[in-house]
Amino acid sequence: MYSAKVMDHFHNPRNVGEMDNPDGIGHVGNPVCGDIMELYIKVKDNVITDARFKTFGCGAAIATSSMVTEMVKGKTLEEALKISNKAVAEALDGLPAIKMHCSVLAEEALSSAIDDYLSKNPDKNTDTLRKLHKIQHKHLEEEAE
Amino acid sequence: MKQIYLDYAATTPAAPEVVQAMVPYFNEAFGNPSAIYSYGQEAKSAIEEARAKVASLIGARNEEIVFTSGGTEADNFAIKGVAFANKKKGNHIITTALEHHAVSESCRFLAKLGFKITYLPVDNAGLVDPDDVKKAINVKTILISVMHANNEVGTIQPIAEISKIAREAGVYFHTDAVQTVGHISADVNELGVDLLSMSAHKLYGPKGVGALYIRKGTKLVSFMHGGGQERGWRASTENVPGIVGFGKATEMATREMNEEAKRLTHLRDKLITEFLKKIDNIHLNGHPLKRLPNNVNISVSFVEGESMCLNMDMAGICASTGSACNSASLEASHVLLAMGLDPVKAHGSLRFTLGKWTTEQEIDKVLEILPRIVAKLRAMSPLYKN
Repeated sequence: MYSAKVMDHFHNPRNVGEMDNPDGIGHVGNPVCGDIMELYIKVKDNVITDARFKTFGCGAAIATSSMVTEMVKGKTLEEALKISNKAVAEALDGLPAIKMHCSVLAEEALSSAIDDYLSKNPDKNTDTLRKLHKIQHKHLEEEAE
Repeated sequence: MKQIYLDYAATTPAAPEVVQAMVPYFNEAFGNPSAIYSYGQEAKSAIEEARAKVASLIGARNEEIVFTSGGTEADNFAIKGVAFANKKKGNHIITTALEHHAVSESCRFLAKLGFKITYLPVDNAGLVDPDDVKKAINVKTILISVMHANNEVGTIQPIAEISKIAREAGVYFHTDAVQTVGHISADVNELGVDLLSMSAHKLYGPKGVGALYIRKGTKLVSFMHGGGQERGWRASTENVPGIVGFGKATEMATREMNEEAKRLTHLRDKLITEFLKKIDNIHLNGHPLKRLPNNVNISVSFVEGESMCLNMDMAGICASTGSACNSASLEASHVLLAMGLDPVKAHGSLRFTLGKWTTEQEIDKVLEILPRIVAKLRAMSPLYKN
């Protein structure tokens, strides 16, 4: 069912755990559908320097959480906001169709963490980033409808 | 790595004696049982021998056994067959909230055609209250279907009590006994049923064959029309090797069932007791006593079922889960939800079902491995506060 990469990230998840004084926290998910993801980021000079996660969920949920934390480290907030759920799934060599919703959760957790950081650190870039954030994540809202 | 298989409720390996019994019927005694010549008659008598064995296991008459392609077909046949044959009399069917999909989907299909279905609730151990059955019966009720024991949590229903109520009201009673035949006593007269579904691959027989017990005099419409096999009940050239295998499996079950039930109950209870000791924040789903001898279903708080099963698979243990993530519909087990379990606990459920080749060493291994897996996943879980 799962690719070797997914199994690797599931068996040896990267960046598990909480963070001391995270700059942004994303909390997403719905226990009724089964997955809950918490993403913690550290941001310095607009760059995500560290990312950690905690997840309650299936193999795909844990693997996508692990992969997204790897993908954002070292990226600027702008670059991180461009990471789509499809990119996370591709990085894992694909997910079964029925598990794609887990990659959407990873994208939402990232988006939520960055949003949290922006609301705590408003500056001249915040508006631009927020606008970019809105464009990038419009498809998530459309899907939610 | 040798696998520890603990998903016997899903399917069982065919016993070697069963496979051996089947082999001659593929290309030696391969005749069509409807043929006049000896090849055909040879196959025909093999089927009748198997029929007698199946009938004997459930205390039925030979002619009351109709072979099908499995438990699902038997359920469809019973429910739709009674519905269509008796629709002038009434259009109301009573069943429960925790039936197998073969029963509930058949009922949902009939509902689209105008039948009225009542799904009776269950308590938190998964038991149906016979009083609820009585209250639900009305002048239009033509069928009541309650499974003998539930495949997910193992709860055994008070079938004799319920069938008595059905009989007194003049309503046909069907039970899906797929999980009980061959494992605990499932005598049609003790249970008092008119119809009973069975499946070979749940009792060390081959896949693709089962049977419906039809009490003499029961009015129902055939499911399969064609060449008139099975005394007109179910057309189709008979699956001779499958039926022979089924017969052999029931013959073995008749001999071994009681001892095996004792052995499995001991292993089951050890697994339950030790799990409860070794892992905090878990609980048993289903009735502690009115339970199949081989069924262990637990909910582990703060972690999700599929990830536990994947981790167990990597350690060589095969089990299953009622988690939404593991179902095609992305819904948690309807059985656990019907029992009032909250959805998060349903997502953290694990089912271990033991069988013929389960050893005490395997149980000990599982008791060693699962606590480590739970600890690893809890460390990753946002719901677990140490």
